Amino acid sequence: MVNKRQAIKNGVSGVYLAIILLLIYAPILLLLFASFSSARIIGEGGTFSFEWYIRLFQSERVMGILLNTVLLAVIAATLSTVLGTMGAIGIFYSNKRTSALLQGANQIPVVNAEIVTALALAILFAAVTLQRTYFSLVVGHLVLCTPFVLISVIPKLKQMDNNLYEAALDLGASPTQALFRVVIPQIASGIVSGFMLSITLSLDDYIITSFTKPATFDTLSTYVYNAVKNESKSDLPLIRALSAIVFLIMIIVVVVLIVRSSRKEEQSR
Amino acid sequence: MEEQVKNKIIELIDVTKAYKDTVVIENINLYVKKGEFITFLGPSGCGKTTTLRMIAGFEMPTGGKVLLNGEDITHLPPNKRPVNTVFQRYALFPHLNVFENVAFGLKLKKVTNTYRNEAGDTYQKKEHLSKAEIAQKVKKALEIVDLEGFEKRSISTLSGGQQQRIAIARAIVNEPEILLLDEPLGALDLKMRKEMQLELKAMHEKLGITFIYVTHDQEEALTMSDTIVVMADGVIQQIGTPTDIYNEPKNVFVADFIGESNIFNATMIANRRVKFCGKTFDCVDDGFEKDELVDVVVRPEDIQMVAPEQGMLQAEVISVVFKGIHYQILAKVGKTEIEIQSTKQKAVGEKIGINIAPEEIHVMKKEFTVNRFDGSITKRNTMEFGDGEFECDVTQLYPNSHLDEDGYLITAKGEKLDLTDVEVNVEIGMNNITMTDKSEDGGAQGNIISMIYKGDHYRYIVRTENEEDYVLDSEDMWNENDYVGLIIPANKIKLTLKKPEDK
Repeated sequence: MVNKRQAIKNGVSGVYLAIILLLIYAPILLLLFASFSSARIIGEGGTFSFEWYIRLFQSERVMGILLNTVLLAVIAATLSTVLGTMGAIGIFYSNKRTSALLQGANQIPVVNAEIVTALALAILFAAVTLQRTYFSLVVGHLVLCTPFVLISVIPKLKQMDNNLYEAALDLGASPTQALFRVVIPQIASGIVSGFMLSITLSLDDYIITSFTKPATFDTLSTYVYNAVKNESKSDLPLIRALSAIVFLIMIIVVVVLIVRSSRKEEQSR
Repeated sequence: MEEQVKNKIIELIDVTKAYKDTVVIENINLYVKKGEFITFLGPSGCGKTTTLRMIAGFEMPTGGKVLLNGEDITHLPPNKRPVNTVFQRYALFPHLNVFENVAFGLKLKKVTNTYRNEAGDTYQKKEHLSKAEIAQKVKKALEIVDLEGFEKRSISTLSGGQQQRIAIARAIVNEPEILLLDEPLGALDLKMRKEMQLELKAMHEKLGITFIYVTHDQEEALTMSDTIVVMADGVIQQIGTPTDIYNEPKNVFVADFIGESNIFNATMIANRRVKFCGKTFDCVDDGFEKDELVDVVVRPEDIQMVAPEQGMLQAEVISVVFKGIHYQILAKVGKTEIEIQSTKQKAVGEKIGINIAPEEIHVMKKEFTVNRFDGSITKRNTMEFGDGEFECDVTQLYPNSHLDEDGYLITAKGEKLDLTDVEVNVEIGMNNITMTDKSEDGGAQGNIISMIYKGDHYRYIVRTENEEDYVLDSEDMWNENDYVGLIIPANKIKLTLKKPEDK
């Protein structure tokens, strides 16, 4: 009796899980499927083909935009990691009141609606330079990413044994040497995760990008958004292929990360 | 006299440390001789670690000077000082292996090497140590701490004791003039701690450098040190050799903190005659006046038990505990309890006689005999003093005076006086203050910061929020840090008008 009931329970929960997963992944699967169809419009029939993939890599425009996006993400993530790490260390070693105040201030851009930040930046740049440039775009992404770097670095500093820095000084290191040889290695995992977070934030950002970018410049998200909105149909099927590639890369990255962390866990046991 | 001491490696002159309003170190003066093993001993929060950190350079004194070999290093940063520290929780670098931890200081070090060029002139170059030299020195340091061959091990695979040794190796490999040790054995178990105590002592002799050691463990301090500095409440209580500190404690705090002790209130009857427990004893300590109130310390192992009729004091055994090497016997003389350590067994209820040899009675000056405060009279004819407000009798300020209905004081001659804001001296005997759990019932409130058992009562010190101290005797047992209210009967508050020269 009990076994039977248990079996039913397991069956129901399995089915439930499958439905939820299907609902989440169905659109993406549909997209993957459609990217291999020769049809211009999804559902118009067509045959299996790599046409859109080939055309995608032949399109200088899309390739240029892809390069723009990646370059911007790397620049923004690098700068905000440096800025955020310095900020985190500064906040950590300042007195209690200053530290609490600055950490509070750092929370505001995190919880604030992105559109508000974007609009504020647009107004600022309009007031200062009257035009948007690549510089204003990078600054926009810094504003987006830096708070998250701070958030991932500060807990690592708090976990660190405070005597480590003093021990380094005691052994003859200057404050700078102590910072680079002892403090930074201790918080490295926080810095790396701050950097990764910044990359992903910058890669798929639309709102701040569209408010701070120069008129002729496009990243993937603004390009896709405009392509869909303006129905410049010629590019739409290419985007299917592009999205499929981005999705596959993401899947690979996530799988690699999971495998690596589970291996580490096994080792530490 | 201190001027004659040569080879002072470290000297603290009038050193004070305060964080905002809280003073943690108050005017410390001490010196450390080259090559000695000196221990700062005291309960937690006494300022011993802060003192060590000022020598290391992690904290800057807010007043006074720190001298190293006679040179002022008060504001020198830690990396410029020829001292190394062994931290309480080791502070090993977890991202580096054993070799890299020990070599950390060596890799940063620069030495001046002299070369000769082709023309035959010599020139000097500041260089890092070579890899071979570093490896050699690390190997030697690891040998000293008995961890040869551990170079490649990761820190996280080491036991607490091994980490402790690596921390010591990391410090001594730099050949410091002074090694600072901040409760380095605190995290080890008892057996390991005893072993390390002896090893540290041996290491000190072998290396020949100065060790400054911080601990709250009196046994550790007695075992290892050449000199002990007993600290309490940010102040040095006594500096001396372990035997001095044990046999000749300067005050009741030191006597109570170091070892087991019987502490009694006593009176000097005559020169070298002291009265306590209702009997007069011969003693060997000079320098007290007749009828002076003093504290007396007798160590439990110095008390002899004899047949009742042969003893100076007659006592009844109230408890016996076997401690391995000896019995710990508690006996009662009248109302006073006396602790005795003896290899002879006694039965509970047995009558015994007690003798104490004159040289085993250690007489100390009393730090506190009475509570003195500066006070002022309020509009309601109460007194404000010692961070509180108490009812009192202001008519004692003028003989034969009384108060009228409006609260004015009428003197014997009929003069009418308004006493508001008049400043007076306040004196309260230690027996006249009582403590209460209901802190709001007291005229002042504070925490118990010290309690010392004196045979038939406890002596407490209660400190108020604004650091006013009340010293009082009580038969009741309270706990340290208890928050209490202080009650003083109005007729026990002794007031005298401030003379002009007092102001």
